[in-house]
Amino acid sequence: MNFDFTALFIVLVMALVTMLTRFLPFFLFGGGGELPKWVRFLGKFLPPAVMSVLLVFCIRSVDFIGGSYGIPELLCIGVAIGLHAWKRNTLLSIGVSTVLYMLLVQLVFV
Amino acid sequence: MKKAFRKAFPHSIPVLAGYLSLGIAFGILLQKAGYNALWAFGISTTVFAGSGQMLLVDLLKQSSPLLQVALLTFLLNFRHFFYGLTMIPRYEGIQKRWKWYLIFGLTDETYAILSSTKPPEGAEPTRFYFALTFLNHCYWIAGGVIGVLVGALLPMDKTKGVDFAMTALFAVLVVEQWKNHKNHFPAWLGLGMAVLSLVIFGPENFLIPALVAISIILWLCRKPLEAEKEVEN
Repeated sequence: MNFDFTALFIVLVMALVTMLTRFLPFFLFGGGGELPKWVRFLGKFLPPAVMSVLLVFCIRSVDFIGGSYGIPELLCIGVAIGLHAWKRNTLLSIGVSTVLYMLLVQLVFV
Repeated sequence: MKKAFRKAFPHSIPVLAGYLSLGIAFGILLQKAGYNALWAFGISTTVFAGSGQMLLVDLLKQSSPLLQVALLTFLLNFRHFFYGLTMIPRYEGIQKRWKWYLIFGLTDETYAILSSTKPPEGAEPTRFYFALTFLNHCYWIAGGVIGVLVGALLPMDKTKGVDFAMTALFAVLVVEQWKNHKNHFPAWLGLGMAVLSLVIFGPENFLIPALVAISIILWLCRKPLEAEKEVEN
């Protein structure tokens, strides 16, 4: 079997571009001196907003109009959030909600 | 250094759970696409990006053109730019050889932990940051390799839905941010703008408009926001 060079290049491109997105702000704004005020401001208030966005990002392809109407996703996110707000045990929150989701999509919403 | 790892380990436990399960999910998908554990090791070591690697499996299956890979990766991982921005003050003055690795390892979860955790008493900050980042990197690599091995044993229909682990992880991170901030306007704004942008621009394009809109609105509301005091845990 020949070595899959196409795959190797795809992986390398993704690795390099991912590094670029991480190094860019340091190259642009990390050269010492006073950090712009807006950078400090975003650093304080952006994180909670970004987490909400990423949660939506995770379910971006869910079909809310047809199929199972996003019921298993919303239900299990609710379980994860409720459980985590209550117990604040990450392993428990992720484990219970993921297993519940797997059961739902394999047995109930097939 | 050993001390730094001992101090960092408890903070890394949430990520251990998340990365092992998400890494395993990635490994299973990768194995089903026809790649072995060596590929999982190489990809998780060099790319080190959860949602990116999930996308990567699709790109590999289609043998996508490299330009398309570059563009999609940039758009998907552009959020790291915002993480980096906020970590500049934290990483100021750190020696280059450490700093390069810390920046390389600034994933969603590493960022989430570092931005909401102060280095504990008695731990040298640079070593603490390094230990936390390196532990997370190891969990991620281990998860991917284990996933490939598990994937070889499991039929596809039994693993359906395991990728929800990623969603659950971000649900948990939302709650963590919620508990760390007194003012919940940014959290609601993030949710509102993301949903609005998703409805308008669709699943493939909604991320950047949402992030831009959020940044602008936060900036417009900076006066009342800065008047609020933040709570620690």
